[in-house]
Amino acid sequence: MKRFLSAVLAGMMTLSLLAGCGGSGDTQAPAADDTNTPAQAEDNGQAAEGLFPAVAKEDIKVGVVHITDPAEGSGYTYTHDLGIQGMQKNLGLSDDQIVRKINVDDSNATAIQTALEECVEEGCNIIFATSWGYMDYVEQMAEEYPEVIFCHGTGYKSNGTNFTNYFGKINEARYLSGIAAGMKTTSNKIGYVAAQNNENGEVTSGVDAFAMGVESVNPDAKVYVKVTGSWFDPEGEGQAAKALIDLGCDVIAQHCDTSNPATEAEKAGVFAIGYNSDMSEKAPGSTLTSVMWDWSVYYTTAVQAVIDGTWDGTNYFGDMKDGLVTLAPCSDLCAEGTQEAIDAVKDKILSGEWDVFDGVTEYETNDGQKVTLKAEDYGTCNWYYKNVEVA
Amino acid sequence: MIRIVKIKEKNSRQTFAIHLAAFLLALCAGGLFILMLGFNPLEIYATIISGAFRSKMAIQATIKIMIPLLIAALGVMLSFKMRFWNIGGEGQIIMGAVFATYFALFHADWPSFILFPVMFIAGLLGGGLWALIPAFFKVKFGTNETLFTLMLNYIALYLVSWLQEGPWRDPSANGFPKIASFGKSAVLPKVFGVQIGWIVALVLVAVLFVYLRYTKQGYEISVVGESQATATYAGMNVQKIVLRTMFLSGAIAGICGMIQATGSDRTLSTGVAGGVGFTAIIVAWLAQLNPISSLVIAFLFSVLEKGSSVIQSTYGLSTDCADVLQGIILFFVLGCEFFIRYKFVRDHKGGGKKC
Repeated sequence: MKRFLSAVLAGMMTLSLLAGCGGSGDTQAPAADDTNTPAQAEDNGQAAEGLFPAVAKEDIKVGVVHITDPAEGSGYTYTHDLGIQGMQKNLGLSDDQIVRKINVDDSNATAIQTALEECVEEGCNIIFATSWGYMDYVEQMAEEYPEVIFCHGTGYKSNGTNFTNYFGKINEARYLSGIAAGMKTTSNKIGYVAAQNNENGEVTSGVDAFAMGVESVNPDAKVYVKVTGSWFDPEGEGQAAKALIDLGCDVIAQHCDTSNPATEAEKAGVFAIGYNSDMSEKAPGSTLTSVMWDWSVYYTTAVQAVIDGTWDGTNYFGDMKDGLVTLAPCSDLCAEGTQEAIDAVKDKILSGEWDVFDGVTEYETNDGQKVTLKAEDYGTCNWYYKNVEVA
Repeated sequence: MIRIVKIKEKNSRQTFAIHLAAFLLALCAGGLFILMLGFNPLEIYATIISGAFRSKMAIQATIKIMIPLLIAALGVMLSFKMRFWNIGGEGQIIMGAVFATYFALFHADWPSFILFPVMFIAGLLGGGLWALIPAFFKVKFGTNETLFTLMLNYIALYLVSWLQEGPWRDPSANGFPKIASFGKSAVLPKVFGVQIGWIVALVLVAVLFVYLRYTKQGYEISVVGESQATATYAGMNVQKIVLRTMFLSGAIAGICGMIQATGSDRTLSTGVAGGVGFTAIIVAWLAQLNPISSLVIAFLFSVLEKGSSVIQSTYGLSTDCADVLQGIILFFVLGCEFFIRYKFVRDHKGGGKKC
């Protein structure tokens, strides 16, 4: 039925184009600075459904810009690429319909620009830029090429038409992983390797959600945060983990791109909470569970919308219910009863009965202030929860 | 036994034949490498060429790569002509970009007819002054300019790291260490879809050609390059010539940095030079320190660079493989210079054998 509808819709659009209402130029919503989303669609005379004309499945090209090489086999880029591969399989696209740009350093303006431009040049209809540091360049490109759709993962900018942001409630899974850590620790010191300091809301809200999860089962435990200052720094991430272990932490959680904190924990005989991909593959001797993304959920939806011509330019913020955010099954290393404790909270999250950041509950920060936070506003979070300490 | 003997310069026809042979050999060796990876070499080579020219946008991208490479090559060319081993193009590019960035960041409100010339002069001064440091120590204390210029590259690079983490950090970047993107008013305009730097590059080619060939200063540079003693004997002020030439050499690199930051990147990042300062050295030498030839060589390099990144996405070859290919081609083309200047001679028999 859905396919039939989209076929009809596509047919109508072709007709309306043929009828000469301005050609493809009409469908290119102006790449203006304004950010109100819904208004754009209505301004746009013809396709009430989407901002861009439908694209035949065989003609669509998907670009993806990675900060490292998916071949690493774990971590951030690997996880995103699994999502791309999942999308490709779900939609039945061929290999040459995916354009990958790998090892694009997020602090090298020239490299980022070249990679994005090449995706446009290869004829990509939609381009996913996965790293935070690409944001400003994606914004500029979206303005320069209004006929191409640019999606930026993490970050906070968008223009409501061809530049959108995608992320999700990873903090739901972080809270649950905090339960595993809180139940496991015996030293009541839990380490957290963070890519960025509290100026970055994405990382900081993650620390807080985790710390709240810890507190829910173990009010005596403290979470020690060590900042690397880089999204991808294999050496620094390992060193930070080591420093935390030296401090007495016996569980190491992480928000960074590689599995080095988990392997470092394994070497020291302590435990770890993985991130991005299931890190029990890389560090089976330390991983309790892993906070994970299944990006194929989003990538499939987004590319399908482009194919159907239903792209509406809204930002995406998925959650556990959508399947975008997941938590790996608890390993045998976990304390007894961990899985049950996690599942109980997870059920509440899935049923909508409870959520980590509901925008109402008041939290006490580690400098004695009272705050609230809505999950969607994670970017504004620059406070640490009361049981957090910066190491 | 076999000895190596310096020979008189071969005539241009012989030189061309050797270059051609080297290039073909490079393609064969590169092809072997591609075969080992399990791909068809002809297909890959065809993709490199078509990748650089397949569309208007591809050609524009190729030109965009060429702009900084050409300008930087012109810069180092000046110092090499004087036999001053300036390996510091990279740092001079960065300093040009840093100086220009100051105005792009903090004076974007100036009208463009003032801002652009100011940024241009700032870039020029940034690169020029940075190059003047090793030149000064060379003429005053006889320091080794190769090492000195090389080390200054890293200082310049880390200066940018410091700026983006400290004083110039973008406050709206959530703690991410980067410098803010420039406002539109501080971005150089485009001509025919490519940033205006290509015009600057072409003008510089012409200016340098005339400067080196037809001016007294250009003549002085080559005399100092051939023999400082001769230059002194002829009454030239060698110190002054060295300082002046190095300033100009750095200034051109600085212009390159300014153009890259304000015309292309729209910000200052640690990748602003991105190795261009080093590749420029190869371009300058392959062009035999001739501005016009460097136009051609820089173009060929850009085609290779652009085409390589297309094979990365088309065949899933890692970017490192593309670098290996480039390295193989360079190895042969630079290696053949040896056979232009030297030949192998078998002792006792007297009959020189050319390889």
